[in-house]
Amino acid sequence: MIPTWLIWTVIALLGVGTLLLRFSFLGLIGQRPLPDWALRHLRYTAVAVLPGLVAPLVLWPEATGGATDPARLLSALAVLGVGVLSRSTIGAMLAGAATLYAVLILLAVV
Amino acid sequence: MTDQPDTPTPPEAATPAARAFGHGLRDGLPFLLVLTPFALVFGVAAREAGLDVLQALAFSVAVVAGAAQFAALHLMLDEAPLAIILLTALAVNLRMAMYSAGLVPWLGQAPLWQRACVAYLTVDQTYACSVARFEKNPQWSTRTRILYFLGCATPVCPIWFVMTLVGAVIGSALPAWLALDFAMPICFLALIAPMLRSLPHLAAAATSILLSLGLAFLPYNTGVLVAALVAMAVGAQCEVWLKAHGPRRARAA
Repeated sequence: MIPTWLIWTVIALLGVGTLLLRFSFLGLIGQRPLPDWALRHLRYTAVAVLPGLVAPLVLWPEATGGATDPARLLSALAVLGVGVLSRSTIGAMLAGAATLYAVLILLAVV
Repeated sequence: MTDQPDTPTPPEAATPAARAFGHGLRDGLPFLLVLTPFALVFGVAAREAGLDVLQALAFSVAVVAGAAQFAALHLMLDEAPLAIILLTALAVNLRMAMYSAGLVPWLGQAPLWQRACVAYLTVDQTYACSVARFEKNPQWSTRTRILYFLGCATPVCPIWFVMTLVGAVIGSALPAWLALDFAMPICFLALIAPMLRSLPHLAAAATSILLSLGLAFLPYNTGVLVAALVAMAVGAQCEVWLKAHGPRRARAA
């Protein structure tokens, strides 16, 4: 159970912090352009954070008590494969969901 | 980002400002397809984590960033300390600073209150969509650009709030066999997979995965944060290396 004070603190501070990030250059720093090295690092934030966050959830899901689950693993691979090939986020999501349920059903029946 | 600093703002040209809003609105509509399930799943996940409906909605209205919201939720469930929750979620949102910088050449001349509104509404979709359109129409005035941006945000941001609310309300009614624990990994991977077509992005993602798994023993999910910082540096260095060596190698081959 997450304590109520923690939930509201996270909502408030994360809200303010994110708004400051969005307002940073547009509102506070203005016309001065970002140095190249900074832009170069910022470009990779999404691909640097999200895969690391997801990897343990794919390999060691809590729903199975941490045991590697073929349905979740294959689903993740389907998302990556379809996403890379089609460049479509929605297509990748649909492929992942379809694979997840197909394998879950298959494993339940067998 | 854009290489057009201080674009002069000529008088209203080809596209009248009044039509720019509708134009943006039309361009923003297709994003409903992606955002609807993502927001629904956040609402459901928030309820599963023990948040009430008001907290789930407040989360989406205050933060307006799906990936960071999921990350924070996950870390709160993992009983990570407040500082780690905030640092990781803000690291996910660092790209917003890049978007902010990317908008300056186009919207930097607008009044402060308008820039503040734009800042609140800056998300992956509104940023990508607007800058692509601004680059195609360099003659647009600042006012036209602002109206286009607001038009684009009009379907995008409210659907995030409304669908979070819907997800939070129906959340507790959903059964376990739906395996909704895996909705977040699917959403995250679907967001990054289309980016994995350049070597630096691929290198950053691979570094992030390997280090995060290798450092999983570290307390409070700090491994993810370390992995992310190293992965960013790897991506940036790979880009520098490619710029220095890429063309030469291509010529040699």
